[in-house]
Amino acid sequence: MSVRRRIHAGATALAVALLLAVSVVAAAWAQEATPIPYTPPENVGDLSGQILADGSSTVGPITEAVAEEFFAIAPGVEVEVNISGTGGGFKRFCAGETDIQDASRPISEEEIEMCREAGVQYYTFEVAYDGLSIVVNPENDFVECLTVDQLRQLWEADSAVDSWSDLNPEWPDETIALYGPGTDSGTYDYFVEAIIGGDTSTRTDYTPSEDDNALVEGVAGDDNALGFFGLAYYEQNQDRLKLVAVDGGNGCVRPSEETVRDLSYTPLSRPLYIYVNAESLTQPEVQEFMRFYLASAGELAADVGYIASPGEIYVQDQAKLDAAIAGTGTPDGPTTADATPAS
Amino acid sequence: MSVAGREMNHAEGAPLAPSPGLVRRNVVGTILSVLFLLAIIVAVAALVTLLWTIVSRGWSWLSWGLIENPPSRRPERAGLNPALFGTIWIIGLTALVAFPVGVATAIYLEEYAGHSRLTRILQVNIANLAGVPSVVYGLLGLGVFVEFMNMGRVVLAGALTMALLSLPVIIIASQEAIRAVPSSLREAAYGLGATRWQVARHHVLPAALPGILTGTILSISRAAGETAPLLVVGAAGFLLKRPEGLFSSYTALPIQVYQWTSRPQAEFRELAAAAIIVLLVVLLVMNATAIIIRQRASRAQRW
Repeated sequence: MSVRRRIHAGATALAVALLLAVSVVAAAWAQEATPIPYTPPENVGDLSGQILADGSSTVGPITEAVAEEFFAIAPGVEVEVNISGTGGGFKRFCAGETDIQDASRPISEEEIEMCREAGVQYYTFEVAYDGLSIVVNPENDFVECLTVDQLRQLWEADSAVDSWSDLNPEWPDETIALYGPGTDSGTYDYFVEAIIGGDTSTRTDYTPSEDDNALVEGVAGDDNALGFFGLAYYEQNQDRLKLVAVDGGNGCVRPSEETVRDLSYTPLSRPLYIYVNAESLTQPEVQEFMRFYLASAGELAADVGYIASPGEIYVQDQAKLDAAIAGTGTPDGPTTADATPAS
Repeated sequence: MSVAGREMNHAEGAPLAPSPGLVRRNVVGTILSVLFLLAIIVAVAALVTLLWTIVSRGWSWLSWGLIENPPSRRPERAGLNPALFGTIWIIGLTALVAFPVGVATAIYLEEYAGHSRLTRILQVNIANLAGVPSVVYGLLGLGVFVEFMNMGRVVLAGALTMALLSLPVIIIASQEAIRAVPSSLREAAYGLGATRWQVARHHVLPAALPGILTGTILSISRAAGETAPLLVVGAAGFLLKRPEGLFSSYTALPIQVYQWTSRPQAEFRELAAAAIIVLLVVLLVMNATAIIIRQRASRAQRW
């Protein structure tokens, strides 16, 4: 917090020396929040231009929080954040329309192909972790834990599971009402990937909504409901929902800050990413925004309900960014050499 | 008439004995009046419930900070300044474009065009356009203004899309208002040697103005509350600055409401209610302006 606002560099040698001393102290102090010290350059107030971000509704709030804080130090830069879903956002990103793509899953093969065709190269940065929570209605007193296998049987396409007793003979013979995000959402894609595996889809007879609060209402109002969405939505509605532990092979684990960060809540802990257009990274305002983003992502992600990645992730991110800005970096994709820069 | 006559004859002779027909008609009349009363109670009750829910949830969040601040991840610091100004820009520009074009179209159709097949086709199409879902206008705006004309996702593209959306209703309302001007007025003017334009400009338009304004304001108020077309033509979801010109990016109040309702924290949903109150105030101010202008215009009427 105070790291980035603490001092304005003076022109004299004394000020520079003082600044160095303070930086070292402050960096050490800020170690647990973020390992990367951020000192705004002197000309940060003169930066201008527009930065366009789009994509995941999960990652969007982090980018918005970063934009909000960045605005305080660089009011000349206009940052616009849109929420079209991870899939919708990649369509724009790979057409070269946006500078930054918020993604709650890695880019797909198809999307890499789109980027390649449009000549868009990009760098990938991991910015935080999120847990996918499986929830049921509080009236439900029998489901405490589900195995990945049970979840797959329940959600796979052409599922034979209709009532709770199909999952476990001891459970009642009541029809399960399923709630989940719509298919354009990265959360949906991540769930499919983690639970069902591969490039498949789920059963279609569930109630989908792009609005996670609608899913919360659905599960909270239906005794036989089961749904999944980001952990933040469970945490804000704990009294109206019941969290289900997930057994990924090592016993039942409930999602929490610790189990998501150390990945023991598997397979439903997921990293959140941003993708940055390599060409946009040649612009000074995008460079500065990204430096600021990586330095503050951990703290701000926690502010908006997610879990900071381990410190070394941000250090790696920062090294990648520095190389990219210096012109010595290799974009993370598309990898083949036939990518031609967009004119 | 004849029935009433018979009743009267009855009354003169024997003591009053209403015919079964009259009783039935009275019963039907009473039942219907109760039904009509119920209808208005349902409508008003829905409105009151809606207002009550919104106001009770959002009231405590209303403050100058809400009007002055940009959005924030901290609910207590969050505001809707860029969205409010975005909406004002969009409404203003929409009115600037849609009003003259709409009124001109109505004057042409009513005062100039004859009763040809072409006029009828135009008429039917305008009436149909008034019923087209708003998101379709959004797609049209995306195709024509944002992409084909290459404006990008800017205020001007949003306002032009909204202008298209509100045009059919403005045209139809203006036509009705112009048609309601007595033809004796036109004939008198023609009789004195006025040209078609002079008749329209000096006699028909001033007389029809109150009706035209009502239709215009209602139509533009509707546009001000629209979310779908703006989302399609690229209003921003999150923006810290208000628009500075025709080619700035922008966001709007309904979009801010939509954004806040999708957040996990309950405070943001209360903020959304507060934003709805602000939007309602904007609409009420617009409608009040319409009423004032209309009353001034009808007072100036000379017949």
